[in-house]
Amino acid sequence: MGLAMATSNNNKGGNKPSDPSRRNLIKGAGLVGAAVASSASHVVTAQNPVSQSVEAQVTEALETLTAAEAATLEAITDRILPADENGPGAREARAVHYIDRSLASDNAAFRANYGVGLAMIDEYSVKQHGQSFHRLTSPQQDDVLADVIAGEIPGFNPSGGGFFNMIRSHTIEGTFSDPYYGGNRDFIGWDMLGYPGVRFAVSSDEVSLGRDLPPAHQSAYDMPNFTKVIARSGGSGNGN
Amino acid sequence: MAINLPGTDVVVIGLGAAGGVAVLPLAEAGLKVIGLEAGGWLSPNDFAPDELRNNKRNWPQSVQKAAQEAPAVRAYSNTTAKQGGHPMMNAVGGTSMHYWAQSWRLNPWDFKVVSETTRRYGASRLPANSTVEDWPFGYEELEPFYDRVEQVVGVSGKAGNINGSIDNQGNIFEGPRSREYPMSPLRGSPFTELMREAANSLGFNPFQGPAAITTEPYDGRSPCMYHGFCNRGGCHVQAKSSTAVTTIPKAQQSGNLEVVTHARVTRIVTNDGGRVTGVEYVRGNEFFFQPAEVVLLGSYTYENSRLLLLSSSAAFPNGLANNAGQVGRHYMSHHQGASVSALFPKDLHNWYGLPAQGVAIDEWADDNFDHSQVDFIGGANLWVHTDRRPMSAAQMSTFGRLERNWGTEWKKFIMENVDRTNSAYIQKTTLPYEHNYLDLDPVIKDPLGLPVTRITGRYGDNELRIAAFAQEKMEQWYREAGAIEVSRGGLGSTMTASTHAYGGTRMGDDPGTNVVNRWGFCHEVPNLGIVGASVMGTSGARNPTLTAQALSWRTADHLVNNWQSITS
Repeated sequence: MGLAMATSNNNKGGNKPSDPSRRNLIKGAGLVGAAVASSASHVVTAQNPVSQSVEAQVTEALETLTAAEAATLEAITDRILPADENGPGAREARAVHYIDRSLASDNAAFRANYGVGLAMIDEYSVKQHGQSFHRLTSPQQDDVLADVIAGEIPGFNPSGGGFFNMIRSHTIEGTFSDPYYGGNRDFIGWDMLGYPGVRFAVSSDEVSLGRDLPPAHQSAYDMPNFTKVIARSGGSGNGN
Repeated sequence: MAINLPGTDVVVIGLGAAGGVAVLPLAEAGLKVIGLEAGGWLSPNDFAPDELRNNKRNWPQSVQKAAQEAPAVRAYSNTTAKQGGHPMMNAVGGTSMHYWAQSWRLNPWDFKVVSETTRRYGASRLPANSTVEDWPFGYEELEPFYDRVEQVVGVSGKAGNINGSIDNQGNIFEGPRSREYPMSPLRGSPFTELMREAANSLGFNPFQGPAAITTEPYDGRSPCMYHGFCNRGGCHVQAKSSTAVTTIPKAQQSGNLEVVTHARVTRIVTNDGGRVTGVEYVRGNEFFFQPAEVVLLGSYTYENSRLLLLSSSAAFPNGLANNAGQVGRHYMSHHQGASVSALFPKDLHNWYGLPAQGVAIDEWADDNFDHSQVDFIGGANLWVHTDRRPMSAAQMSTFGRLERNWGTEWKKFIMENVDRTNSAYIQKTTLPYEHNYLDLDPVIKDPLGLPVTRITGRYGDNELRIAAFAQEKMEQWYREAGAIEVSRGGLGSTMTASTHAYGGTRMGDDPGTNVVNRWGFCHEVPNLGIVGASVMGTSGARNPTLTAQALSWRTADHLVNNWQSITS
């Protein structure tokens, strides 16, 4: 909950109007990135790139994916929405964390398919390039994914392209859905699109500002209307 | 067996948009009304601005009774139907909790498709296998009830025709209204202004369409907050004029409406004389029998036909009110496919808006233009609106500009263009045909073992020609507004389960071709009324809800005024 607390404090410190501009936010996050240890451990740690607390860390327990599956999947999400000169991407937004949680709940029907498909991508990577997918260079990873999409590898359900599209859809969900669900960390997804965030009410003047409207940077569940009050100060619906 | 409950005057099956309206005139007239609703009560606290939950995971429809009995769908009668999703939700207020709330009146032509087409172009212009009939009355007959519903639930808009006086700030093609809307329309936005100016320069008459959404404090409710989660989200401030926050609580205040939630009606019971005696329903794990003098069935188009077909008896061996074989006939779902999408060279500022905040063009709808030179009758209402949320926005079309829809180039593309797209909402005249109907699926059953509705439906040539014509007009409008790319979807074929579903219990004077009479009561069962779009014989080119509500009020009004003759 460390990140959730830090994010919440960011919001509630009365500094919303003086939030760093989106440009700075993206730049900052891009520079720091998120260090992710995708080792054999089932606990993945990520630094919080925008927290006021430089030391803030958050732990991410994997709910259903194995460490190897998560490593492969995370690398795929990074190729779908890469961190680049235009800012952080799906890896930094923790799309993989969202997908893992969704596979243990709403998307449970896809869990088995993920297991098989990710294993096949990893095996193909070893065969073609001698290493697991997540250790390949970005161009090598793109080549592997292009082969998956083109149907070069048999066995995907319903097809290589179908399997990739499923991951792509879930990566989009994990990057751009409400942070409550475990992705869109630090509102990286919403900032990427210039979406100024969920609000209770929006005026005509605010609409006219378009992407110059300062981002709200709150989860829907940071609004008290939509949550149960719990007996803890600074409680946040942002469940990262 | 079923637990027998004390009798009541009227049972209303389904407290949605239609049944939820009927209860008010009944209760205010002093009739004792029991409303049976399959869902429960929802509050503004249930409607978080959460795209994943509302739009992707389809909360709250996903946990509904309706989800367990979704219709099976097929295009042709010689194929096997497959079960899809159910577009409606169960709750007090029904789908009026989360609908788009566009609250149109039908145009006068929609009531007179046969006679007007014959008069202007000749009878040969009616599609050969269409079963369309004129309504048993004209627009003028329904006007007072449109007016009453607009006032009571709270509809915002701008009149285009008050007693024949035309105002081009509203829809100049609408039928005469007795007065202005009770509230001014939803506000415009940079995008709606862009499209309005483009329409004006093409010589069209753009206007902000009507919405059952408040734009000022109304009857103790807040005005719209424009927060952007209206689409498949209930309203967090009760600005959406659902029956759950308007007519139903008003009826409760009279002391004459009892709402029974989580009640699933399984059968309408009749006696040997062919009269309805009450309804049977399940609540939890218990069956109940609720006796009533009169039953009003308002459970949506798919369930209205289904419940009649499931309620066969000695007097009605082929389904209740179906001795003429008309239950399930004249089914149609609105043709809303054949999409048109555009890409603009600048941001449209559409992050915060709603489907009902838009601009309409009615020039190409109904018989608002000369059809001598086209090969169809009817037409389309063109509608563009503000409505954008991040997940769905990121899945925007790339308009053929990219080789890959992933990676650095794609990311750059969506970062630049995500607020620069728009998709039109084009509603087209859809006609009933001999080959389109509802019946019970022979295989697929719900958890109680009752067969689900089977839809057999496909659009005719008339619908597909309108679709192609409307795409042409829509592209013209987008281009005039500065669109740099315009893409079109396919014209469509199968009629899937829809929120705009009509027919199955059509209203008309001829008992050989219609289930209910001009008042909404069954020709074959005098104390059984039916409310909802299932009684509508034409679709019009606009959303059905207000018309279904006006008809529902009229049916209830008729019951109040003719209680003795209907119940004796």
